[in-house]
Amino acid sequence: MTREQHAEPAPGPQSPGRRRFLQEMAMTACGTALFGGGVTLYATTASALPAQALRPPGALAEERFLGACVRCGLCVRDCPYDTLDLARLGEPVAVGTPYFVARQVPCEMCEDIPCVKACPTGALDPELTDIDDARMGLAVLIDQETCLNFLGLRCDVCYQVCPLIDEAITLELDHNDRTGKHARFLPTVHSEACTGCGKCEAACVLEKAAIKVVPMALAKGQLGSHYRLGWEEQEKAGKPLLDNIIDLPDRMPASGGLR
Amino acid sequence: MNTAALSTTMALPRWRWKWLLLRRLSQVGILGLFLLGPWAEIWVVKGNLSSNLVLDLLPLTDPFLLLQTAASGHLPETTALLGTSIVAAFYLLVGGRAFCGWVCPVNIVTDTAAWLREKLDLRPRARLSRTTRYWLLATLLLATTVTGVVVWEWVNPVSMLQRGLIFGFGFAWLVLLAVFLFDLLVAQRGWCSHLCPMGATYSLLGAGSVVRVRADDRSRCDDCMECFRVCPEPQVIQPALKGDEQGLGPVITGMNCTNCGRCIDVCDQSVFHFGTRFHNKMEASS
Repeated sequence: MTREQHAEPAPGPQSPGRRRFLQEMAMTACGTALFGGGVTLYATTASALPAQALRPPGALAEERFLGACVRCGLCVRDCPYDTLDLARLGEPVAVGTPYFVARQVPCEMCEDIPCVKACPTGALDPELTDIDDARMGLAVLIDQETCLNFLGLRCDVCYQVCPLIDEAITLELDHNDRTGKHARFLPTVHSEACTGCGKCEAACVLEKAAIKVVPMALAKGQLGSHYRLGWEEQEKAGKPLLDNIIDLPDRMPASGGLR
Repeated sequence: MNTAALSTTMALPRWRWKWLLLRRLSQVGILGLFLLGPWAEIWVVKGNLSSNLVLDLLPLTDPFLLLQTAASGHLPETTALLGTSIVAAFYLLVGGRAFCGWVCPVNIVTDTAAWLREKLDLRPRARLSRTTRYWLLATLLLATTVTGVVVWEWVNPVSMLQRGLIFGFGFAWLVLLAVFLFDLLVAQRGWCSHLCPMGATYSLLGAGSVVRVRADDRSRCDDCMECFRVCPEPQVIQPALKGDEQGLGPVITGMNCTNCGRCIDVCDQSVFHFGTRFHNKMEASS
């Protein structure tokens, strides 16, 4: 380039060398911008995580995780149960990032959390030191129509395999209206304890699991920030919130119904 | 020196493959070390070229990956920072783009394309600027900062090939095929010498690196042009080999030089040799 320029008239506003240089610069800049824009568009649209794909314990929130993970696979290698895998091109997970599918291999919740220790960048947050604090997702008994316990049987498998039995999943006693005389034991997940390890989903005896771990954002509702639960506020205050309230007896509808 | 004298006196054809062979051994050997783990349960090194742990002790992290992660707004943990420092120090010594020539497996793909292109006598078509890679690097870092997502890692053929070999390909081979065909049919040495932002990062990193190819015996050059023909970045040879009159020293200082040593291999006059960037004085050539 420099030699060619030397052969031409001295570089000035009108010189062909300068013109060619500017032209080349402009072309390269435009081409790069187009290409870079395309890649960015592809990357951002292809980064939606399907609900079945769960991140390892301690993973940062998905949008931050996609910036922090270098896709080295050290977490995959240090997982003693071969739970984790790196997404390959063509799979619906951001290529090269670690994930697991609970129904196939759930997280065994190792106490020393080797996957988090292995992560060099902190995409898996080293602040996570107690595996019970992990929130990989939330188990939801998503299909009550096929769950055997809901049908009145005593399957209980999801409850029995739960590493936090009686905390993350409890069995809630309920009346069986179908038989009129039996009880139902309804598996009930509690989000304050469930780590999303997926052992319940993996163990569900149905052809397709009735209980599934889904991303927290999908599973949870959120109260309006201004909502206050009266009974909790009352407990906090330690006394009725309004003085001199007269608690009248509740009137039930008459047997003949309301007219 | 002795071998050169020997080969001329005995009229044997010069053996022209030393550095190329060593490079291939290095590239394949490094991948082999990574594959020993999953294939033979011998864990010399865990992870992949993006970030890994050697002998459960030494962390290594690719500077380009770390740069992207930092651009996304994430402050990496000490392990990655330490790993990158070690890698950066190493390439500051041996030449930034020594990564491209001696480690990166894509180099084998693109060298094959370049070789085949010459065998088939395919004319160069698209002309790309060699600065494109720096534009691309800047664009991608900007996009990463704006989106918070390491966008390049969705398509990076370098990551895909090495990770694919170590962890499984999926459809990543399609990306590699695209790179191969691009180099073969579209632009000569298109990928590694014009576009790859990873190589661009290593270029910038090793701009002042110590180990360099030197043309100390440039007075012996007989203008056969073999070095220019085989060099993936021929523009770096020019000032060192022909810069005598302009008062330029004999060291190849261009930051895009991959330290592949192919010029040393092919030069019948033994003009080139590996050395350091120091003592880049004129008198060395006379």
